[in-house]
Parts: sequence; C-alpha cells; structure tokens
Amino acid sequence: MTAPSLRRRFVAVDRVRALGAIYVVFGLVLLMRVAPALPDDPERFLFGTGPDALAWTFRPSTTTVVIASALVTFGALALVRSGRLVSGGLVLGGVLAVVMLLVASLALSPNKSTNLVPLFIQSLRLGSPIALGALAGMWSERSGVVNIGIEGMMLAGAGIGFVAYALLNGGAGGLPLYVAVLVAVAAGGLFAALHSLMSVTLGTDQIVSGVAVNLLAIGLTSFLRSQVLVPLNADSATTLPELSIPGLSSLPIIGDLFSAKPIFFLTFVAFGASAFVLTRTRWGLRVRSVGENPHAAETLGVDVMRVRYQAVILGGCIAGLAGAQFSLETVGSFDDLMTNGTGFIALAALIFGKWRPWPVLAGSMFFGFARALGVRIQLLNVEVAGFPLPSQFLQAVPYVVTMVVLAGAIGRAIPPAAIGRPYRRPG
Amino acid sequence: MTGAGRHVLEVEGITKTFPGVVANRSVSFDLAEGEIHCLLGENGAGKTTLMNIVFGLYRPDEGTVRVRGEEVSFSSSADAIAAGIGMVHQHFQLVPTLTVLENVVLGAETVRHGVLELASARRTLADLSDRYGLPVDPDALVGDLSVGIRQRVELLKALYRDADILILDEPTAVLTPGEVDEFLSTVRELVGMGKSIVFITHKLREVSQVADRITVLRNGEVVGRTTPAETSEEELAAMMVGRQVSFTVDVGTSDPGEVVLEVSGLVVDDNRGHAAVRDCSFAVRAGEIFGIAGVEGNGQRELVEALAGMRPVVAGDVRLRGRSLLGLDPRRIAELGVGHIPEDRTRHGLIGAFSVADNLVLNRYHRPPFARGLVRRRSEVTAHAEELVATFDIRTPGVDVPAAQLSGGNQQKVVVARELSRPLEVLLVAQPTRGLDVGSIEFIHRRLVEIRDRGTAVVLVSAELDEVLALADTVGVLYRGRIVASMPAAEADRHRVGLLMATGSEAA
Ligand SMILES: Nc1ncnc2c1ncn2[C@@H]1O[C@H](COP(=O)(O)OP(=O)(O)OP(=O)(O)O)[C@@H](O)[C@H]1O
Ligand SMILES: [Mg+2]
Repeated sequence: MTAPSLRRRFVAVDRVRALGAIYVVFGLVLLMRVAPALPDDPERFLFGTGPDALAWTFRPSTTTVVIASALVTFGALALVRSGRLVSGGLVLGGVLAVVMLLVASLALSPNKSTNLVPLFIQSLRLGSPIALGALAGMWSERSGVVNIGIEGMMLAGAGIGFVAYALLNGGAGGLPLYVAVLVAVAAGGLFAALHSLMSVTLGTDQIVSGVAVNLLAIGLTSFLRSQVLVPLNADSATTLPELSIPGLSSLPIIGDLFSAKPIFFLTFVAFGASAFVLTRTRWGLRVRSVGENPHAAETLGVDVMRVRYQAVILGGCIAGLAGAQFSLETVGSFDDLMTNGTGFIALAALIFGKWRPWPVLAGSMFFGFARALGVRIQLLNVEVAGFPLPSQFLQAVPYVVTMVVLAGAIGRAIPPAAIGRPYRRPG
Repeated sequence: MTGAGRHVLEVEGITKTFPGVVANRSVSFDLAEGEIHCLLGENGAGKTTLMNIVFGLYRPDEGTVRVRGEEVSFSSSADAIAAGIGMVHQHFQLVPTLTVLENVVLGAETVRHGVLELASARRTLADLSDRYGLPVDPDALVGDLSVGIRQRVELLKALYRDADILILDEPTAVLTPGEVDEFLSTVRELVGMGKSIVFITHKLREVSQVADRITVLRNGEVVGRTTPAETSEEELAAMMVGRQVSFTVDVGTSDPGEVVLEVSGLVVDDNRGHAAVRDCSFAVRAGEIFGIAGVEGNGQRELVEALAGMRPVVAGDVRLRGRSLLGLDPRRIAELGVGHIPEDRTRHGLIGAFSVADNLVLNRYHRPPFARGLVRRRSEVTAHAEELVATFDIRTPGVDVPAAQLSGGNQQKVVVARELSRPLEVLLVAQPTRGLDVGSIEFIHRRLVEIRDRGTAVVLVSAELDEVLALADTVGVLYRGRIVASMPAAEADRHRVGLLMATGSEAA
C-alpha cells in the first residue's frame, strides 16, 4: 500500500547499513587474520605481454592492509550514513574486494604474476551472451510480460540454427552459415511467439508459460540432435570468422579486444539500437506505457496486446541470436543444454540493471567478469597450506562477491508496474 | 452560454450489464453542439459506464451511438479519438514513469521514420497550455505531480488530440476551490471555441454554474432531464438519490478531552527531497475534529503521510498520548489506534485486484477474529464485509468482486468503511468525500461527527473549505508547510481563513 518511492527510502537505510557492516567485518578479518598469514613474496599484475608491457609490482601484505583499511573506512561511513559518498564508497569497496581476491589468489599460487588484459577481454566475451539474453528479457518485461523462457529461446536458437546449418551444407561455412544465424534468430522469435500466445492471448500465468517454453526447447533440441545431427555426424563445423576492426585492433595493450567474432560486436550494436528505440521512438514509448499502465495506453487507442506480442517476439529474436553465438559462433557444434543456464543469469543481470539498457549491459559484463575471474583463479592453482582449493569453490567465489556488491550498492530495483499481469480488455 | 445547435452525440437505448449488475438500462442521452451537458447521479448510477461506451472502451449490450448524425460502432478508443471524442477519466489514465510530454503524445505521436518528433509536440503542448491557461512542465515525471496538475495533463491529452466532443468524468473532484473556479472558466472557454462537453460531477453548485442541460441517472436509468433554470440544488439532490438530502450536518457541540496527538516542529520532505512540511506544530484533543485548511500543495499530503508512518520524518516529533511514533512502520502505527483515510484511494487505500471483503480487513486480516494463528477465517471476513456493505451503503454485486470493479465513489466508501469500523485514538482523513454523491457525503459527515463524539481525535484535511468549516471544531491553516494560525470554529469565517490560506497572514 505504500508508494514504492516511499518504501524504497526505508529499505535503503537497512541495505546500506547491512552492507557497511559486512565491509567492516570483512576488512577487520583481512587486517587481523589474512594479512599476517599470506605468503609475502612480491607479486606482479601485468597489463599486456612482451617487454613493453605495463606492470605493477607489490607486496601482498601491504596491499592487503591498504585494501582492508579502505574497506573498514567505507563500511564505517556507510554505518553512520555520513556524507554523500556512502554509495560511491560501497561501490569502490566492492571493486577493491575483487582486487583483493586476485591479490590473495596470487599470493597463494606458485605463479607470482598474472596478465590482467586477457582477463578483461575474456570478461566481455563471456558477458556477451549474458548481455544478449538480458536484452531479450528487457524487451519482454518492459512491455509487461515476465520472461523466464529466455534460456529456452536461446537453446532453441542454438539448436535449430545449428541443425539448419548442418542440413544446408554440413557445416562447411560460407553463406549457409549466415543463413543458419538467421534461422536461429527466427527460432528464438518463434518460441517467443509461443510464449506470447500463451501469456498474452490466453492469459496463462507468465511464469508457467516461460517454464513451458524452456521445457519444450530442451526436448525439441535434444530430439533434433539425436535424430538429425548425430546421423549427419555434424560436430566440428566451421564457425563464424573473426573480424578485426582496422586501426583499433592494432592498438597497444587493448588491441585484442577489437579482433572478435560478429555476434560479439553485434551485442553492443544491439544495445545501442535498443536504447535508442526504447527511448526515442514511437514504438518504444508504447512498449514502456504498456508495461507500466496498460489501461492508460488502451484509453489512448494503443493496442496493448499487439505491442506486447511485438516486444516479446523481438526479445525472442535477440535470444535466438544469443543462442547462435554458442553453436555457430563459438563452438561449431551443438550439445544438449548447451546454453548452460546463461538465460537465467541474464535474468539476474536484467534485474541488477533495473530494466534499463545500459545498466543491464554493465550488469551482464559484471557477471561475465565473475565467470572469467573464476576461470583465472583456477588456472592459478591456488593452494592453502599445501592443499589445492576445489574448483567449484573458486568458481563460486567471484559470483558471491559480485552479488553482494551489486545487491548492496545498487539497491532495490523497481520492475515495470504492470509486469506479470495478463491484460484483459474491459467490458 | 450558447443555445443548442445540432446534436453532435446521440445515445439511444443503451443497456449494459456486468455480472450481477445492470449498469445502464435503456439509457438515452444527447449532446448538442456547443453545450455543456451535465450528467448527474449517485455513486454507481452508471455515468462512467455510459461514457466508457461512448468512448469505445466498453461495448453496449443493446442500443446505438451516433456521432454527428452517423451511427458508429467503436471497437476501441482509437476509433472514438479518431471521431473527435476526448475523455478525461475519473481515475487518471496516466503512466507515472513517463514525462508529461510523453503522456500527452502517447498514442498520437508525431514521428519521422518511427522516431519521435518531440520538438513539435512540445510546441503544440506549449500553445495549448497558453491558450487554455493550463500551465505544465513538459519534462516533469507524472508520478511526481500533484493530483491537480495530473488533472491538467489529462485535459491537455484530450485537447492535444483535437477532440471537439469532450467527456469530463468528475474532473473537479480532485481540485481545490480556487482550481475549480479556474477549471470552470476553462470549460466555458472551451465551449466558446466550439467544443461540446459532457460534464459529470457530484457538486451541484458547479452544475448551476455551467450546465446548459442536465440529465440525472439513478440505478442505471434516466430519472430526469432538466435545465438549471427549471430546478434547484435540493431538487437535483432528491432526484439523484431518491430522497430528501440535507446539505449541512448538525455537528452539535464537541466536548474535547485531553491532548491525544501532538505534533511538534515537524519537518518532512516531498518526493524530490525538498522540505514540504516545515516546522509544523499542532495538538489535537480527544473528541475534537481538527480541520486543516490550505491550498493544495502546501504540504498536506506529506504531513498526513508522515503522521501515518508512510513517509520518513526529517525532524520534529509526533506523539500519541505522549508516546513518540517516529520510526514506527505504518502497520504498527495503525495497530496503536491510528486510522488513515488516504487522499489517493486507488494508490494507497485499496488493492484493486483484491475482493471488497479483503479490502475491508486490509489493516486487520492477520488478527482475530479474521485469522486464527496463521490461518485466515473466510466466514468472519465475509460476515464483516456484508455488515459494512449494508451500513455504508456500498453498491456492489457482492463482497467477493474485485474492488477495482466498483464505481469510483463506492471504492471510496470501502476505504472509509474500513477505517471507521474499528475503535480509534486518532483518525487521519484526507479528502474523505472526494468523488462522493451528496447522499454519501451527508452520511460520511455524520459518521465523522459520531466518531468524534465517541472520543476519537480527528485530523481532517480537505481541499473543500466548506467541508472543513462545516465539520471542524478547531481550524488550522496550513501555509507553506506550517500551521500559521489555528482558531476555534466559531471564529473561522470564510473570509478570514481564505486570506490566511492565500497569504499566510491576516494582514492583507
Ligand atoms: N468493469 C466493470 N466490471 C463489473 N462491474 C462494473 C464495471 N464497471 C462498472 N461496474 C458496475 O457498474 C455500476 C455502475 O458503475 P459506474 O462506474 O458507471 O458508476 P458511476 O455512476 O460512474 O459512479 P461514481 O459516481 O461512483 O463514479 C456499478 O455498480 C459498478 O460496480
Ligand atoms: Mg464514475
């Protein structure tokens, strides 16, 4: 019954204080337990390779003390809520916590230096499918339709797109490869059309409908794989070619970022275009209105159902493209459950980005970073007291840090007001 | 006022039923070019339904609609808009997260290759604002605006679409007396420019001020057609509710006890973080109605929300029988015996998708007798609801229908009934009779006096100066977030209070 804006202010007090307390405790543990215990050989963060690479050499103990003190300070500031720097401090503290993770991993690893540029680039690469999935969700949910079927739409794109490719020319590249990408996009759109048929026209619960889409996609793609791909023996196809942006790709240090595959580049284009369409075009305005107050839109002659169909299907097409990224761009084959939960992580990124394009992109890349960091820490062979840490643990840690930082520093997200409610025309 | 030209709108034999109710029964109605035709009727009489049919939102079961002589069958409001009909809805149809400009253009956007051309729309909007004296900030978020300004946006939306038949569904319900006068002159100006207007209102004074003709509905049927010259306010009121109505309630004499609610040095921010209530102090005694008069936007909303625990207090204190309420959440405050009838019933007062019965126990659903432990007791809830529906004369097909399906006035009665049906230390009421018909106003005024006589301290905030003056035992004037004067009712005359409301001081 309380207006969201009012309630948010109450919740904000608790959230900021809670995060402040976590920072203080974590900082104190670092100061008193971790800093004295870490092996103190000098470490190096490298930026780039070769002799002219930038490098930063430091001692784990002093660095830990510095980071820990900063965390305690920021946490304390948040606890007493003094000054305007509270949320900035919390975000900065989160970044420092991530740095700390790397510092500690290096200290506990036989390796004493690590190159951060590939880590950064890898984050973007791994974040790209998450971002596309989240963008798919954004379109659907801004129009008022919950979409937990993104995972299924991605899987459908990956599977059906690859089947088309295999049937067209057995995976030998060339024009059929691009046709297959279009098929993947269409497959995502088709599954989204199914989702809107169920949830917009028939008024099925949108969560149920999304689950149905996921299950159907799993079943159908696995069927197609066993019936079509296995007999064709299509499992090492030519993937989309790598493109290099002239000029940019020969920049020092970050040049590698600009040599990548087409769908990776398309991710950023899709976000730019979506941000523009959502805020600056007639259709985007209608999508926003339909997701917030469909009744008002209806009284102005906007066809609520049609706009919802369009937005959900556009989202599905984007999810299909994300699927193509797995099978046609990265791997060159299709496996069951290939998308591996990316669609669900995308939903989390969508919420962290508060359903707004650029923040959603940033949120997705955070998750990409968490994935990349998990891989990196594993490669470092971190050992505590002579025992290697389990890889599942190492993969999970960055996610935990990311979640705490995002949840704490970004705060409560307010979804589109009409989300999840089927619209019925009155009278 | 101009006489009747040809008919621009004719409605004939309209019947519309909803499950359990006949909202319109064979209704005929017409609108002549350049006239203001008032549509009256008690809450739930079917006024909004009839106009929703004209506007293409509902399809009638029977009957025809003709626009400028041609029979039409609208399948959506897009068709009605194209036919030159504009409607200002009783419940605002605005998207709070969009700006004023975006709300205005929505559905009628000017575009180049699909891209919004807001610059030209902005100019048109500025022109309309100037021409009709309806200033708005095109870039403000609608969610941040006061109800008065939202009303303005609604009217601008219709004008932006070049409507020449305007349906205004209780447009003045949310306006302050000053705003009402302004609005009525805008309406007359619109007619002067060739528009034809259907005007729905419960305020009979407005009817005699602007109407060319009057049609009265009761229980979905037309029960009278007349003109202001042929009738009186008393007669209209009787026609609407089917019995004699007294316009003034006998408030008797109050017998105030000790101070129950004490507000001292209160500072509260508005949504944008600016101080809306500044150093506000007053005290209300048991068995007293403390009426707060003031021009809307002087901190009324923020004050009441802060007292109810819905808005953080920046400084100062609120004490209930000596105990500070600061930092308690709304539910806790309600449990301490503070009732709240909020200004914006659809946002803070009701959950539209819940049944009438559930809405009637919204503040107590988790306690006995409505729940035992964690289990709710349906039968108790239903019995309680049926009793209140009867006492408060809430017109509804049943206690199980969603509250959103009730007519506007009946939704208001649900909120009032819920809050008045339990023992209270303090009752906070904001605009309790907004949108109610004359019969219900009389009823609710009686209940407020009754609850006062039972020893509740009542804080009454109303944009209707008449309502404050009629009910209050003590009148406080709120000006720029501060109570600048407070006086016994006997000393509060319209002129003196009006001056305080406008200038904050008595020296003119
Ligand atoms: N969408 C709906 N579904 C079911 N019943 C409805 C619906 N809309 C209106 N009604 C019912 O139709 C009747 C007429 O309602 P209407 O809103 O037209 O009244 P009104 O004259 O506008 O009253 P008020 O002055 O309170 O606004 C009421 O009994 C109401 O409950
Ligand atoms: Mg109505």
